[in-house]
Amino acid sequence: MEVSWKKYAYTFLITAAIFATAILASNYFSQKKMNEIKNIESRIAVDILASETQFSLLSELSCRDISSELLSKELATLGDKLSYTEESRGSDDEEVLNLKKYYSLLQIKDFLLMQKIKERCGGKTLSIMYFYSNLNDNCPDCQKEGFVLTRLREDYPELRVYSFDYNLNLSALQTLLSIYNIKNEQPAILVNEKVYYGFKSIEEIKEILPALKDLDKQATSTKTQ
Amino acid sequence: MHLVSESITYIFLFIALYFEVFLLITYFELKEKERKLVASSQYIVSRKVPSISVIVPVWNEETTVLKTVFSILKLNYPKDKLQVFIVDDGSTDKTWNILQRFARNKQVKLLKKENGGKHTALNYALEFVDSELVGCLDADSFVHPEALQRIVAHFEDKEMMAVTPSIILHEPKSFLQLIQKAEYIFGIFLRKVFAYLNSIYITPGPFSIFRRSVFKQIGNYHHAHNTEDMELAMRMQKHGMKIGNASDAFVYTVGPKNLKALYKQRLRWVYGFMKNSIDYRDMFFKPQYGHLGMVILPAAGFSVFSTLYFFGTTILNLINSIIIKIKEVSTVGISFGNFNFDIFYVNTDIIVFISLLAILGTLFIIITSRKLAGEKYKLGVDSFLFMALYMMIAPFWMTKAIYNVIFSQKTKWR
Repeated sequence: MEVSWKKYAYTFLITAAIFATAILASNYFSQKKMNEIKNIESRIAVDILASETQFSLLSELSCRDISSELLSKELATLGDKLSYTEESRGSDDEEVLNLKKYYSLLQIKDFLLMQKIKERCGGKTLSIMYFYSNLNDNCPDCQKEGFVLTRLREDYPELRVYSFDYNLNLSALQTLLSIYNIKNEQPAILVNEKVYYGFKSIEEIKEILPALKDLDKQATSTKTQ
Repeated sequence: MHLVSESITYIFLFIALYFEVFLLITYFELKEKERKLVASSQYIVSRKVPSISVIVPVWNEETTVLKTVFSILKLNYPKDKLQVFIVDDGSTDKTWNILQRFARNKQVKLLKKENGGKHTALNYALEFVDSELVGCLDADSFVHPEALQRIVAHFEDKEMMAVTPSIILHEPKSFLQLIQKAEYIFGIFLRKVFAYLNSIYITPGPFSIFRRSVFKQIGNYHHAHNTEDMELAMRMQKHGMKIGNASDAFVYTVGPKNLKALYKQRLRWVYGFMKNSIDYRDMFFKPQYGHLGMVILPAAGFSVFSTLYFFGTTILNLINSIIIKIKEVSTVGISFGNFNFDIFYVNTDIIVFISLLAILGTLFIIITSRKLAGEKYKLGVDSFLFMALYMMIAPFWMTKAIYNVIFSQKTKWR
């Protein structure tokens, strides 16, 4: 019986080559996904900038025309894709962190734009700011709160949910936290400038944000008609 | 913790892939050699007809033994060169009465002894055997008429001390039997490649044929944790004896119908494999035992642990996602709407690509084996059942076998 070290070495090389190919393929697709996120982010940035410009140009713009057309619809998809990427690449991935910061900035801008529209044209707020933490076991209720907010967003497409990682190292976010005096306690939600701490169920959020109940009524009345 | 489990996963994947690549490379080497052999038509010219004895150990096998014996008597082989020894190992049913129909057959010799286990039955018969070759056929199996001729041809090689057949599962009906069918077909490929590597470490109970001198030189069958067919092959390998394979010599065997019987059989196999591996542990990673010591035995041992590891992680992940789903449903109820397929969410982790390649390799092996087994189609329902479910049921007997080895629990035949 003989041993062929050469064959073992060849086998090793082939196996290593297959592994390298798999790693390259995985990196390629992962990078493609990152690019997709970047593309969405730049599209949203353009959307927001366009809306802001439009808004300042036409100070006489009638409120009817503004409606929700001005607000970007892709923020929610972006959030989903970003959190999926964060889960698969790890939350300490530099590239993910940068995309997340940009995402947070876009959310704040979107929020401010929405505030302006409200000031000018009135109407009810349909936005929730949500602060979470994904540090180890820091926030056992965040997962549950996430389910609640995702469901609300599915049920009420008009509702804008802005979610922020409390621990994200971003000065604009820190300013936002200090303006509304938000303590380091998660989950926390901010509705109409009021902060609520701890887990809030769908029903509790509807109490906090009665506009959602009005939407329910509208829906039932159109159904009965 | 996450990093540790991920590293283990990749190391295991690498080793598993290494073995698969090794098997495939060997197969292509073997094909190339076969092609050259045919081209230079060096094939067997002289045809000696050695005498052979086939031992059939029986214990309470009244329903199947006739079919087994008739298949031997119908073998395409000179009658004066073929003897059958049926050993009744203390049956308590009508087996012995049924066997009396062969009482006047010159080719058949009936032996009876007190129950002592399969290896004692084989050894008892070996005392009466004086032919050049000797084989064994379990009473749940029967042979293809040409099987013996095809096996004997391999003994033209003077160094060849034993030749194994290709085993095919007879008329699989149940779901479990279909999985076993694909498994046995897979085994045909492995045995062919192992034979080329001089690394066969099991001479299966159904119709492995030995030179009688093997037993004279290294002794008879041992109890060997109820897997005497593995121990004998290991002992032969340890003594540098060559074991070949006639992949076109078909033997048909009946597989357990239900899960309980299959579990018992496999538990015995895996337990026997591990206990014999421990007994022959000095053969592992020793260059003097060639590919068997360096690759095949370590790979066989590794496969038990890697199957358990991958099964364990799969189950843990499954439990984890079920817990998350339960949490979600308990907080917000069930929702069916809003399912949008987006290519973005297709998993593109490294493990996905490696698994895909490994599956391709496995498909190649299955297709090749099916060709060797003479199957009509490249793939069958059994192939898919095997790929999808084997890894999900094997861990049960593997776990129990490891438990038994650690806590020295012995296995039973039935």
